[in-house]
Amino acid sequence: MAFDVGTPILEVPVAEGPSDQHMVLNMGPQHPSTHGVLRLVLEIDGEIVVRLYPEIGYLHTGIEKTCEAKFYQQVVPLTDRVDYLSPMANNLCYCLAVERLLDLEIPEKAQWIRVLLSELTRLNSHLVWLGTHAMDIGALTVFLYTFREREDILRIFEMVSGQRMMTSYFRIGGLSMEPPLDFFDRVRSFISTFPEKIDEYSNLLTGNPIFANRLKGVGYLSAADAVALAVTGPPMRASGIDFDLRRDMPYSSYEKFDFKVPVSTDGDCWARYRLRFEEMRESVKIIEQALAGMPEGPVKANAPKIVLPDREQMKTQMESLIHHFKIVTEGFAVPAGEVYQGIESPRGQMGYYVVSDGTAKPYRVHMRNPTYATLQSLETMCKGRMLADVVAVVGSIDIVLGEIDR
Amino acid sequence: MTTHKTQITLPDKSSVLEAFPDHPALKAILAWKPEALTDARFDRGELTITIAQDDIRAAAATVQSAGYNAFQDVTAVDWYPSTPRFQLSYHIVSHSLKELIRLRVLVDEADPSVESITPVWPGANYYEREVFDLFGIRFEGHPNLRRIMMPDDWQGHPLRKDYPVEGYR
Repeated sequence: MAFDVGTPILEVPVAEGPSDQHMVLNMGPQHPSTHGVLRLVLEIDGEIVVRLYPEIGYLHTGIEKTCEAKFYQQVVPLTDRVDYLSPMANNLCYCLAVERLLDLEIPEKAQWIRVLLSELTRLNSHLVWLGTHAMDIGALTVFLYTFREREDILRIFEMVSGQRMMTSYFRIGGLSMEPPLDFFDRVRSFISTFPEKIDEYSNLLTGNPIFANRLKGVGYLSAADAVALAVTGPPMRASGIDFDLRRDMPYSSYEKFDFKVPVSTDGDCWARYRLRFEEMRESVKIIEQALAGMPEGPVKANAPKIVLPDREQMKTQMESLIHHFKIVTEGFAVPAGEVYQGIESPRGQMGYYVVSDGTAKPYRVHMRNPTYATLQSLETMCKGRMLADVVAVVGSIDIVLGEIDR
Repeated sequence: MTTHKTQITLPDKSSVLEAFPDHPALKAILAWKPEALTDARFDRGELTITIAQDDIRAAAATVQSAGYNAFQDVTAVDWYPSTPRFQLSYHIVSHSLKELIRLRVLVDEADPSVESITPVWPGANYYEREVFDLFGIRFEGHPNLRRIMMPDDWQGHPLRKDYPVEGYR
């Protein structure tokens, strides 16, 4: 089989011969503030960034290719690994896409639990962001506080799914199983104390002049640039674009919840920092509403050829056993077609594009991950600024290299 | 099995144009260049507009001025061994209309190349590089068409369907 090598490099953007005042500096891929294996090639004039070029792909594992070799239900655990800080968001997005391909209706209780856990995921992700962002800037203490609450959230995840991080709790057709009996009480007790904890983080950082000076006015992104560069989520809303998929193109019953979408027009790191705090408070409200109005009923769709039967049924009923055997060994055929499902993940708009050719394996799965697009705006935000600001800006866009490289 | 058949399917251009005579994206493309709109399909609540291969950059600019302002992503599907082999899917959201459309371009296997839409949306930069890297489709007019995921000296394009998934390379 012959492969073409591809076109030669058309243009090399950095290091094509900087003038003798300029220096090319590699930041990463092992730099502690790059949140993984991000390599930034910087052209600097003294301490001023002239050009910046992110070099990615160090974590490329070919997840999209792997998906093509799996049955539809076997792809769910792979989606956990795309963004390891918000696994439930990836599970949800993939499941919603396949459910739309199947035209499958999900019971209301499952939808509400999905909303509840998605918002807990948002808190989880924002807590990691807050801790590491503050740590990059030099405020080490906050990290210990945020990870204390994150641990509680991870214990809740472990309670429902048996796993702390790679949850795979959302399945095609609903949830993998009923949540345990005291699950809602556990969430309730966590969420009743959480607003105080948000104030605690805010007290540690917001009034701190050193922290504020490192963020205020740094990494400015205009609204026009944000849209042109496909920036989504908190960085886009901090630049003044009022758009949130949860409110504007609702999925999974989000239209039944009452919440505000925080927007700021400042467009700098400080605005992004403040905005994520507001988002955490709104998430708490959504979780409270979900707990108060949790509907009764099953958590799996009534589709025995797609959804695995309960263990008890499978052990006692011949028909369930056959369905179980068929799903595990042959998968289930999905009608041909293509679907792009977008959701509002903690980092921005996440989209799964699933193409089916009518067989039991997806023909193509493409993941549109928010920080992959946001990374393109890094040069706009850092150009002409000090080298130390790059660290603040990278922290403020909340990157996860797992989802950038996939 | 419980399903909800609320979504209609409109399989071809004439039925889509009949059902959505006032759709802003369709209207804008028809007003600009009717022959650029080669096909359309409405399925599972999503409108797919097939654009002639040479017209994609201008079509992107047209839907952008029609209110579809937020580019989401571009990716490819390899329909090997059928022809035309590649399908490019552009997903674009409108912040004001709160709606998603998909532009679709079919690309032949021999010398696969289309016009880049990076001049229209700078945010398409990385996505086009990714398609170039993993599918080997070139984007004319892209400012920096290099591999992005794989090493620069890599041979072949891994997401193509005829790329070997096991054995020695």
